[in-house]
Amino acid sequence: MNSVRSLGAWVIKAIIGWGRAGLFLSHALTAVVLVLRRFGLVVQQLFSVGVLTLVIVLVSGLFVGMVLALQGYNTLVDFGAESQLGLVVALTLTRELGPVLTALLFAGRAGSALTAEIGLMKATEQLAAMEMMAVDPMERVVAPRFLAGFLSMPLLAAMFTLVGVIGGHLVGVGLLGVDSGVYWSSMQEGVDAHADIFNGMIKSLVFGFVVTWVAVFEGYDATPTSEGVSRATTRTVVGSSLAVLGLDFVLTSLMFE
Amino acid sequence: MNRGALELTVGLFVLAGIGALALLAFKVGNLSAANSGESYRISARFDNIGGLTVKAPVTLAGVRIGRVSNISIDRKYYSALVELSIEPKYDNLPVDTSASILTAGLLGAQYVGLDPGGEETFLANGDRIEITQSAVVLEHLIGQLLFNRAEGGGGS
Repeated sequence: MNSVRSLGAWVIKAIIGWGRAGLFLSHALTAVVLVLRRFGLVVQQLFSVGVLTLVIVLVSGLFVGMVLALQGYNTLVDFGAESQLGLVVALTLTRELGPVLTALLFAGRAGSALTAEIGLMKATEQLAAMEMMAVDPMERVVAPRFLAGFLSMPLLAAMFTLVGVIGGHLVGVGLLGVDSGVYWSSMQEGVDAHADIFNGMIKSLVFGFVVTWVAVFEGYDATPTSEGVSRATTRTVVGSSLAVLGLDFVLTSLMFE
Repeated sequence: MNRGALELTVGLFVLAGIGALALLAFKVGNLSAANSGESYRISARFDNIGGLTVKAPVTLAGVRIGRVSNISIDRKYYSALVELSIEPKYDNLPVDTSASILTAGLLGAQYVGLDPGGEETFLANGDRIEITQSAVVLEHLIGQLLFNRAEGGGGS
């Protein structure tokens, strides 16, 4: 009886959480419209959310591309199809790994920082102080971060994919002896600008939206203690990573038949 | 970090992102090839297309001049109707050009190879290639070989 009761309590809590997140989103989106007038705040956040995430994204992209080329070559060479290496690397990166891995890295690097920052602002009553001064924390704190996260994700994903393709070129052409012209031409033959690259960008936009939403909401909703902030940070990384992977399946099944 | 340097780095970041996207579209994707004007479409009827797929290359003398844009079944003749979209600069294919479905390498992907004829009039948008040669299906080939051998063995 008790376990059924705790299940019910858990479900109610989950639904209330979803409702709060939805309300928070609608507030944040109205504030985003207002913050467009003060774009300096957004630029500042673009730096801490986007530019500071760039290094880890570029390094990971390079290594992912190199590993893809290495593994792909070993499989393809059995079928005598190593000329298709460029296509394998490019399609894997543009369709899946570019958006998904960037979103996971983004959740770990930028999302956790957003949650911790906002959570700490709440714990040290900075948000309450802003309200006392008739400054809306939604507009001043949340909206610039939200917009910056949403804007920087597709840019980061594009750079990840490009660096990955270059990494694949380094290993495939430099190390394994695939012809450079064949590497690029097999790619251009098979990668469609609309179906593959554009859809990949849509994916990264959706992921950027979801990760930033979860991160900012968890920070704003955190219990204002040091323990609460640390829990909220964990929830951000776990929740947004799961959301990204789940959404990726849905989007892939809708986009690529 | 002062304000100017911050804005500069963010600007560079945004530019790098957009540049990466453009490079992806042009260098990795086929945007540069797709934008070379409106291509024209011709069709060809085959008895069997084997493993031909949409987007497969169409070649003339081994050079790619277009791609397969659509494959459907002709309900009247129970044959495959393949629509080829050809780049506009190759607008001088004679009307008696023949099309055959070939395979790149032993196990490679299938493509459509065109052999130009000798007529003075050229194929235009919506025209149909009349002379076609179907794909070679390995099972048919083996079946035919076995049949011929059996026939030859019985005769001697």
